[in-house]
Amino acid sequence: MPDNGQASDQIKLSCRNLWKVYGKDAASFFTGTDAPGDTAALARRIRETGHIVAACDVSFDVRVGEIFVIMGLSGSGKSTVVRCLSRLVEPTAGEVRLDGRNLLKASPDELIDIRRHKMGMVFQSFGLLPHLTVLDNVAFPLRLQGSSEGERHARARKMIELVGLKEREAAFPHQLSGGQQQRVGIARSLAVDPELWFLDEPFSALDPLIRRQMQDEFLRLQQLLRKSIVFITHDFLEALRIADRMAIMRDGRIVQMGAPADLVLNPADSYVAEFTSEVPRSRVLTSADAIDASLSVAADAPKIDGRVKLEDLLPELAARPAGLRVVDVAGNALGMVTPGSVIAVLADAKSQPNAA
Amino acid sequence: MQSHSQTLPSRRIGGDLVRGLDRQALVWLAITAFLLVSPGFNALLPWLKTYPAELVLPITPALNQFMSWFVDSFGFIFKGIAWLLQWPIAAVQAVLHWLPWPATISIVAMLAYRVSGWRLAAFSVVGMLYMVVVGFWIESMNTLSLVAISVPLSVAIGFLLGVAAYRWRAAERIIVPTLDFLQTVPTFAYLLPVIKLFGFGPVTGLITSLLYAFPAMVRNTQLGLKEVPEEVVESGRMSGATPRQLFWLVQVPAARRQIMLGINQTTMAALSMVIVASIIGGSADIGWAVLSTMRKASFGEAFLAGIVIALIAMIMDRITWAIAARDRAGDPPAQAALTRHRHLLIGLALVALFLLLAQVLPALAEWPRDWRFFPARSIDSAISTFIVAGKSWIELIKKAAFYFAMLPVRLGLEATVKPATWGFAWSTIHTVLYVLVLGGLAVYAARTWSLMAGIGIVIWSAVYFFGITNLPWLGLVALGTALAWKVGGRSLALGTGLGLVYLLVAGIWEYAILSIYLCGIAVLLSFLVGTALGIWAAHSPRVSHILRPINDTLQTMPLFVLLIPIVMIFKVGEFTALLAICLYAIVPAIRYSENALRSLSTEVVEAATCMGCTTRQLLFQVKLPLARPGLMLGLNQTIMYGISMLVITALVGTKELGQQVYVGLGNGDFGVGMVAGLGMAAIAMIADRLTQAWSRRQRAELGLG
Repeated sequence: MPDNGQASDQIKLSCRNLWKVYGKDAASFFTGTDAPGDTAALARRIRETGHIVAACDVSFDVRVGEIFVIMGLSGSGKSTVVRCLSRLVEPTAGEVRLDGRNLLKASPDELIDIRRHKMGMVFQSFGLLPHLTVLDNVAFPLRLQGSSEGERHARARKMIELVGLKEREAAFPHQLSGGQQQRVGIARSLAVDPELWFLDEPFSALDPLIRRQMQDEFLRLQQLLRKSIVFITHDFLEALRIADRMAIMRDGRIVQMGAPADLVLNPADSYVAEFTSEVPRSRVLTSADAIDASLSVAADAPKIDGRVKLEDLLPELAARPAGLRVVDVAGNALGMVTPGSVIAVLADAKSQPNAA
Repeated sequence: MQSHSQTLPSRRIGGDLVRGLDRQALVWLAITAFLLVSPGFNALLPWLKTYPAELVLPITPALNQFMSWFVDSFGFIFKGIAWLLQWPIAAVQAVLHWLPWPATISIVAMLAYRVSGWRLAAFSVVGMLYMVVVGFWIESMNTLSLVAISVPLSVAIGFLLGVAAYRWRAAERIIVPTLDFLQTVPTFAYLLPVIKLFGFGPVTGLITSLLYAFPAMVRNTQLGLKEVPEEVVESGRMSGATPRQLFWLVQVPAARRQIMLGINQTTMAALSMVIVASIIGGSADIGWAVLSTMRKASFGEAFLAGIVIALIAMIMDRITWAIAARDRAGDPPAQAALTRHRHLLIGLALVALFLLLAQVLPALAEWPRDWRFFPARSIDSAISTFIVAGKSWIELIKKAAFYFAMLPVRLGLEATVKPATWGFAWSTIHTVLYVLVLGGLAVYAARTWSLMAGIGIVIWSAVYFFGITNLPWLGLVALGTALAWKVGGRSLALGTGLGLVYLLVAGIWEYAILSIYLCGIAVLLSFLVGTALGIWAAHSPRVSHILRPINDTLQTMPLFVLLIPIVMIFKVGEFTALLAICLYAIVPAIRYSENALRSLSTEVVEAATCMGCTTRQLLFQVKLPLARPGLMLGLNQTIMYGISMLVITALVGTKELGQQVYVGLGNGDFGVGMVAGLGMAAIAMIADRLTQAWSRRQRAELGLG
């Protein structure tokens, strides 16, 4: 709900009632035209017959320019879902619409065409071609389309420069560090200038320090490129840092979906609460979340952007104990924050009036 | 040892006596008792020892009949193929004969330089110069031309089948077991049907080499494609690759290294089989040069020619290996065409140069016979001097091996121990002593370790006492089957039983026993010595460094080259065969044990060291028990290597199944040779499955999955 202004409301990718069932009679459960009704019961029935339900009635939308994060532990089905979106894995039932067009109905040739022009994907273990140089790896998607060597190398060089690997063009993947390899993976996935960008645990294989660096790098790129992104991770803090909106998955289902702050403030169940309990609130909540509704806006109070995290707000407040005026992107006043309102919201989220 | 976990608590059939013994143990005791008692009745009931001839099935004539029918009906197809194939062989031969030797050497040297560097190039030049100077150039080129055609064909066929096995489950289910079978069939046996179908001549060598070489390519192709990481394939698909692009631009290049290793192995197998195929003669190649001279007992010549084979093998191996090991697909693309192809250009220039020079200098076209350096005589006399000088030692080694190990195992102590051999005659007192000492040992083992250890000692002493040829066939079949049951369960027992019964009903039991005897001793020796060396190498980098090139060389050698040095000193006979088998079979024993010890979890070793293990305790109580599965795989490979060499030793006059194959080959008797060849395959498969099952069991016991 709190749209922080980066994404529009236009929907890029829409995933509706997506199922992926493994097993020999997987399709037989979805032949009826009637609505599935109770999905939990259906999933139970499928599991009882010895089938594996990897994705269970998954629905979400990704808006244009938005970072949508799917977070879950291993085996939760998050990787299956992202592969169903690109049809690396064929979904058993459901709908995936890209710009309103049902991807699951696309013919093999159409699918190849869509992948060549509209999608890019980054993989956990990089998925680089070991026999090609950095330059040729990045140029590979263009080569598949038959573009000339000069053309594709020019484009690839641009991408490599974008991810900061300019001097390593002639190196082979095994000569690079993990972080560098993933930069190549990112450059390659961007080579065809896709509208839709899938990242499957892109930083999970990296050291914590490098991971942090790469996250910053990724956010910088997104500021520049404004792709519509589906980002998969098992790291809750990473999800919070990166997501515009996120979904938490467990056993193939989405258990909660919303903005990071929503999840932290109102975990839907004890499972989600276990993740959120470790999170310092000050890192998630923004000044807009800490507005004291009982105060009227003091026009002479200094302004503070509503998107500023409480963590960064605290030094400002320490200097201005009387409070700050919270404004939105357009500069309209939203309300007042005071040391008291911040303490209140940090102490107990439940008393927070703004959390809806 | 523990019984199967499913077995019910022992039933008390005979009160205290069998308490704690389950049914399995009773079966073992019964077999042991039968083995011990039965030789006593050999005179009374001769069928106990010798399988009755009336019960032999007419497999041999049936096979012969089938083959002649098959040749009559479809022979024309194969004759047609043979006719077709002789042209490319002739063409390649003509080119290689036409090219002046320095031109050919330049091509190989440039290739070696391109793929590896000047060291390999220099080695190739020196090696090939040796072929020229010693005067085996034409023979070498004849061998090379067969290999040159066999390898591309094997690689193409193997690649296609490998891809098929990777793509389709059904294809894999047919291809993989067929390959398993093909690899257990002894090399000579490949020749039997091929001669019948294709006739004599170089084409036979080509076809057998093809049949022998393509499986390596299939396996490596399949493995390579299988091991391409899923994400690499997915990244290809996400880049919008069509299925064809995905295969040729993603999967094949990513599997390149394994596929190139396949080419390396295929090349070596093809060469090895071309050499073996020369025993049918008629191809004037280097293998024939070795064989014909060896048969004339001109060992000096055989040695000189053998070195040629060794050099060809090493050059081919190093070059193909270097191609596989290069970690780049090619030069950086930025280079100009002229620099990129400079090696090719230099090579072509050299070829042209030598072609011209050869017109002026005939020595470049053909090395003059007078300039030939051929020290066969001196080698012969050196050998005889050595043999005369070392006679007492050579005899001592030979006799010791014969009288104390080989003969007793074959014929039993009573027949072996004579005043002429052991210095005294066998008497009842010795029997009593033997029984008491080994019986005591067996009881001790049964009490302190396990019942199976005791039974094992009893069976070994029975073999040594009676001689393996005097043991009842029924008992041995039961023993093999029971062992298979214990190690691998019902289906393995069934397969083992059927295999052993085949040896009986085909009428080749005695040859089979002799094969097992000869190979068994050799394998045991190789395994013990090899494992000891491997352990040493695992602890000492220097030893490892010394052993590695020796192993590499032994392994790439076409098998019967290994016979030459041994036969020079020890002459033909079983002992020579034994040493030759050991020479080859020791390689995997060393390799696997070193590898097994090196790949142990360092944490466990560190933990044990911290507990205060001495070096000896660390080895015997920590490292060796943990390395058991790896050691067992080494034993498996030692057996397989031993069996493949065993067949070759038929050339030095052994009396086992390999000899039967050889005889069948010599007499053109397809049935005799094939029955023996299949018998060999049966033994190989049983040994393979048994040791693999054993290794798996130990892995499971150690919880290694």
